[in-house]
Amino acid sequence: MKQWQRIVLYVMVGYFILLLGPVAGLDLPRIVKDISQSPSLLITQLLVGLINGAIIAVIALGYTLVYGIIELINFAHGDLYMLGGFAALTVMGAFGVQDGAPFITSILPMLAALLVAAGFCAGLNVLTERYAYRPLRNAPRLAPLISAIGMSFIFQNLGLFWGGLRSFIPIMGNTAAAPKSFPDLLPRNDILEAIGIESKVDFTVKDLVVLVVAVVLMVALNLFVQRTPAGKAMRAVAQNRDAAKIVGINVDQIIVLTFLIGGALAGSAGLLVGLYNNTIVFTMGFTAGLRAFTAAVLGGIGNITGAMLGGVLIGLLSALSDQYLSSRWTDAWVFGVLVLILVFRPSGLLGENLQEKV
Amino acid sequence: MLELVDVHSYYGNIEALKGISLSVKTGEVVTLIGSNGAGKTTTLRTIQGLLRPKQGRILFEGRDLGTISTEEIVRLGIAQSPEGRMIFPRMTVLENLEMGAFQRRDRPGIKSDLEHVFGLFPRLKERIAQKGGTLSGGEQQMLAIGRALMARPRLLLLDEPSMGLAPMLVSQIFSIIQEISAEGMTILLVEQNARMALTVADRGYVLQTGEIVLTGDAKALQVNETVRKAYLGEA
Ligand SMILES: Nc1ncnc2c1ncn2[C@@H]1O[C@H](COP(=O)(O)OP(=O)(O)OP(=O)(O)O)[C@@H](O)[C@H]1O
Ligand SMILES: [Mg+2]
Repeated sequence: MKQWQRIVLYVMVGYFILLLGPVAGLDLPRIVKDISQSPSLLITQLLVGLINGAIIAVIALGYTLVYGIIELINFAHGDLYMLGGFAALTVMGAFGVQDGAPFITSILPMLAALLVAAGFCAGLNVLTERYAYRPLRNAPRLAPLISAIGMSFIFQNLGLFWGGLRSFIPIMGNTAAAPKSFPDLLPRNDILEAIGIESKVDFTVKDLVVLVVAVVLMVALNLFVQRTPAGKAMRAVAQNRDAAKIVGINVDQIIVLTFLIGGALAGSAGLLVGLYNNTIVFTMGFTAGLRAFTAAVLGGIGNITGAMLGGVLIGLLSALSDQYLSSRWTDAWVFGVLVLILVFRPSGLLGENLQEKV
Repeated sequence: MLELVDVHSYYGNIEALKGISLSVKTGEVVTLIGSNGAGKTTTLRTIQGLLRPKQGRILFEGRDLGTISTEEIVRLGIAQSPEGRMIFPRMTVLENLEMGAFQRRDRPGIKSDLEHVFGLFPRLKERIAQKGGTLSGGEQQMLAIGRALMARPRLLLLDEPSMGLAPMLVSQIFSIIQEISAEGMTILLVEQNARMALTVADRGYVLQTGEIVLTGDAKALQVNETVRKAYLGEA
């Protein structure tokens, strides 16, 4: 970017923040007043942001893994996560669990839902790679991208169809398109109170379980990628595909593995979001997908730690915007961040540009 | 050990190899020399299955490599230090070397080979924890050769190991190639630096726009009129 272009951009960004900021809820005196009146609300929102951010991070990993390996932005990934939610809900229906079922008896259905949702999405993602992306691997880069957008529509319609199966799956509720209520199974007992901390902040068992599962998934993925031969092969393929072939890595197998893992993570996130928000809807993959994608770009697409960091940051930004800016403008804020990153730091927060020397 | 019989390779419609025949015997150092775009890299890529010959046969110890996958070819014992080094930029020196041994499961063997590589290239040992992408060009070259050795290959393919290196380093790399060869490694060496290549090689082939135009003992090629004019820069 030339110097004068940069200056024009800064001026434009400043202009928008100053003039449009207040419309979109950026009213500093009010925000300061709100926070000083109720600091505990800020902490509560930070917790909400952290947990939502952890779920976003789990989805973002799917974008970043696939992009890292085949440089494809898998637009269908958000919708895959949505289908994970439906798979999980179907398992809940099969077990016949209801809102407020005792925690002990709902552990088994929840584990089953985790396995089924993760397995279903992993399998679906692998099939998608095999039939929608692999045939286009040597085509111009736009072709698989369009194919991914097509898969996104197919998945959304699959979700709509699934939601309409109420005669087979009563838990799907009324009309096909309506949001489905997801059983509220995780106890809302306040942990802070239980360990004797008096505060207005609630940190419930439910929060803890969702957060822990998301963190465990991320840690497991990191260990897998850093330590295991298959994980190292994934990194090798991402860094130089020809070199990976030369050292004897089966690149096709690694690509399949990547889609498998990304899909399993998306499915798990689908269950987590159901358990956390207690509602799922067939359109939820779109926004969640865009947020997770933003998170992946924010952290530096292709960078695993970056996706986790980006997820948490986007989660925090969304929660804080919902509370202190304007919930109607939250998406605008989030995608404003995306635009700013793409313009000023396309490699993201942690993205590094280590080129090979010739 | 390796035999190419009338191999034709294409990039799309462009015929890059127009019927190449060559052979490498166990223990030999054979060099393939030729100017830019002659098809040297293409030959190595075809041997490793990264590019499939449209016609002709590639035999490695009697097995036809034409239909088997690159990872199987590596397993059979062919490793390569590719053109442009292609090291893994965000992996450390150690990780890069370990990737070279990707298909091996004999930990003690990998460990001793690692020591062996560090013996050949002490510089790599000094930089064991440094990211590959931050190494100098010469160090990356050493790493690429070291990584190929980590596969414990029976045939080592080297693509222009001297490219872009300072003269000092060039002679260092070539003396290491001689050292590796003295340990019994069979080597197919692609070079533009014909002078150096012919001093370390037993035999040579001269490649010109996809065809082998000359072959013979390295000593004979060194004094060959055409080679001297075209590749050794002598009048
Ligand atoms: N990916 C490709 N697509 C199309 N043509 C290619 C491709 N790679 C190489 N070629 C062509 O094939 C021919 C042989 O190329 P090759 O890379 O084998 O040459 P080389 O002998 O290794 O040259 P250099 O010494 O410059 O490395 C050249 O004419 C080149 O332009
Ligand atoms: Mg070449």
